[in-house]
Amino acid sequence: MTATMLGGPATQARPAPPEPTRSIVGLVSKALLLGLTVAIAIWAAFPLIENEQWTGLAVLAATTAALLYLYLTPRHIPLKYLAPGTILLILFQVFPVLYTASTAFTNFGDGHRGSKDEAVVAIQTASVTQVPGSQQYAMTVATTGDPGTGPLVFLVTDPVTRQVSAGDADGLKALDDVTVNAAGRVTAAAGYTVLNAGQASLRSAEITALAVPTPGGAIRSSGLSRAYEGRAGRAYDESCDCVRDTTTGQTWTADENIGAFVGANGERLAQGWKVTVGFSNFTRVLTDSAVAGPFVRTLIWNFGFAIASTGGTFVLGLLLAMALHSPRVRGRTAYRVLLVLPYAMPSFAMLLVWRDMFNTDFGLINNLFGTDVDWFGGSASARLAVILVQLWLGYPYMFLVATGALQAIPRELSEASRIDGASAWGGFRRITLPLLMVALTPLLISSFAFNFNNFNAIYLTTEGAPFPADNPANGATDLLITYTYRIAFGGGGAQYGYAAAISIFIFLIVAVVSAISFRRTRHLEEVHA
Amino acid sequence: MRWIQQVGWRHLVGVLVLAFAMVPIVFVFSAALNPLGTLSSSELVPTGASFGNFSRLFADTGFGGWFLNSIVIASVSSAASVFISALAAYAFSRRRFRGRRVGLLSVLLIQMFPQFLAIVAIFLIFSTVTDLWPAIGFNTSSGLILLYLGGALGVNTWLMKGFFDTLPRELDESATVDGASHAQVFFRILLPLVAPILAVTALLAFIGTINEFLIANVFLTDAGSKTLPVGLYGLVAGERNANFGMFCAGTLLTAIPTVLVFQLLQRYITDGLTAGAVKG
Repeated sequence: MTATMLGGPATQARPAPPEPTRSIVGLVSKALLLGLTVAIAIWAAFPLIENEQWTGLAVLAATTAALLYLYLTPRHIPLKYLAPGTILLILFQVFPVLYTASTAFTNFGDGHRGSKDEAVVAIQTASVTQVPGSQQYAMTVATTGDPGTGPLVFLVTDPVTRQVSAGDADGLKALDDVTVNAAGRVTAAAGYTVLNAGQASLRSAEITALAVPTPGGAIRSSGLSRAYEGRAGRAYDESCDCVRDTTTGQTWTADENIGAFVGANGERLAQGWKVTVGFSNFTRVLTDSAVAGPFVRTLIWNFGFAIASTGGTFVLGLLLAMALHSPRVRGRTAYRVLLVLPYAMPSFAMLLVWRDMFNTDFGLINNLFGTDVDWFGGSASARLAVILVQLWLGYPYMFLVATGALQAIPRELSEASRIDGASAWGGFRRITLPLLMVALTPLLISSFAFNFNNFNAIYLTTEGAPFPADNPANGATDLLITYTYRIAFGGGGAQYGYAAAISIFIFLIVAVVSAISFRRTRHLEEVHA
Repeated sequence: MRWIQQVGWRHLVGVLVLAFAMVPIVFVFSAALNPLGTLSSSELVPTGASFGNFSRLFADTGFGGWFLNSIVIASVSSAASVFISALAAYAFSRRRFRGRRVGLLSVLLIQMFPQFLAIVAIFLIFSTVTDLWPAIGFNTSSGLILLYLGGALGVNTWLMKGFFDTLPRELDESATVDGASHAQVFFRILLPLVAPILAVTALLAFIGTINEFLIANVFLTDAGSKTLPVGLYGLVAGERNANFGMFCAGTLLTAIPTVLVFQLLQRYITDGLTAGAVKG
């Protein structure tokens, strides 16, 4: 009423003052998305509760609550846009990377995977032998999963008490709900699938290897239906913090610095544990001559490869773009469509095809040129070959980019320089190229960073070959990344800690090179802007 | 003579590079059509025309399944990653907030760590995930897509931010004055304008994902869940000579979706690649 009196007739009212309005579609989709988030959180919570993962549950609840708050409050607008990507980034990149980086300060790897207690158990169970008077059990092999692949369990029956227990690498556990036949063997047990003779004999190697730790030693199989409890030949002695051989009396003392039991003669037991080793992985890269030599050689070739690949593709792509950048060239569209085809082919497959084209005996290249070169046999030819392959894979991208950049340069500029009497080459060098570089330098830097760590380019072609006779771990075409991969996952035993240290070096090198180049780019842009 | 100087050399360069570009592709064609299907009998010029390799590929291997898995994984993860990246690029370009510079730099820095060396950590993480939530664990497309999306904020965010920067700020300011919320500014006004760069990043992400081999190889071990790279690599890992024809047939078929996406997005491509690059 008051409003009408003061403001006059309602028909003359001005439209509502501009305040952020919400569309119906926006509101509905927001409600749906938030509802979906809560639904996913509830779905994810059940397994966590079932497995009593309280920390995980707390993190889940906190994240969900934070998300709800973030999208319901009108504040923190930038965060609304950054949250989805950031959460995924933290979960699947930052967290694994930090974890890997932290292993660089440990001796994590084959023989150094678990804790000291686990190492002691492993040493004791590995040394178990059958001695006169060992307890004998009737045994049935079972699994908690698929008969072909599931984790194995020994169901053993105590001959005296008739008590049935299930044993795996973690130890023995008494079972109640079982069916036992006259001979004392288990024929069925709740929660376990009993393997029949055929299934068990297929996995006999695993059955022989399985040792169930017990206080005095371990239970091992003898055949597929009997087991014995053997005595450990080596036992841990807390008073001297050492492992003692019960028959010879030899001792191996724990060395907390290297995470292993070391004997008086310097002999180490194979089963060690994971310890923090400080910077020794890093100093090993720099000082150990057996490591530092290959490292420096690989680093130099790595730079050569990245520069040659980036520079080569750039020069070829630019030359091509220049050549086709003229309305007088007929069939330009056809040229362009065909020339970018290598970019559309799946690169992993084409790398394998190139590998076979370089094959000495029936490769296409030797066939075409009538030569008989063992391309991947010599350092120089192998290096030339991988760079050539990279040139083929990479030039179409540079061609596309350079074509676009050329089209963006105003034609008047080059015409003006021609009128001023500059030659075609002079005009290109003084006018076109600097302008192109402003646009293309950031792409060249990221191309360099990509090629510096171009794992597939080597792993799918030469696999690092040729290898020198004295060092089968480091080949002539190895990049740091393939070299590291071989150390981490290769046949010579995994050394994750050491590999992580090298990957931190790689990271630092690429980051420094990129940072310097980006600084120089900004400089360029200021000059030409 | 003048023609040679002005136009002739252009054709010369074009034809030479074209020969270099086409030789491996023609070779793959011939090998795929080669009735014998072995590497040693494959020549540059087709020695016969038979679709035996193609039919063997579908009959004897799980190629159809690999193909479908790859398309699903590459489409979903590239679409999602472009969207996530665009959201972040908008915040970095249009909003001023604390930690903006640090955020931009760390996005770039994290990408420089060779991620697949974190594969041990990824393996351990997903072993736990598989126990708790099998639906996103090993051998599932959804788990692999999530893992790939971890890299959604990256170089592409920079590329897009550069493109957003080129759009005049007056656009969003006038829309805000007219009463549009920040979400409306983003979805209704800016997103349609950055379509070229969305196309480019989508293409780059698609090509990157459909070619990804290393992580997929660790992640997908089940025969039914394999992607094209994992499956095709398995074809020539053991039987390099005998399966070469099938492998080449598979390679050609793998190229089809990429070429289609490329054609679909082509009118944006050159535009987007350079415009984004100028401001990198």
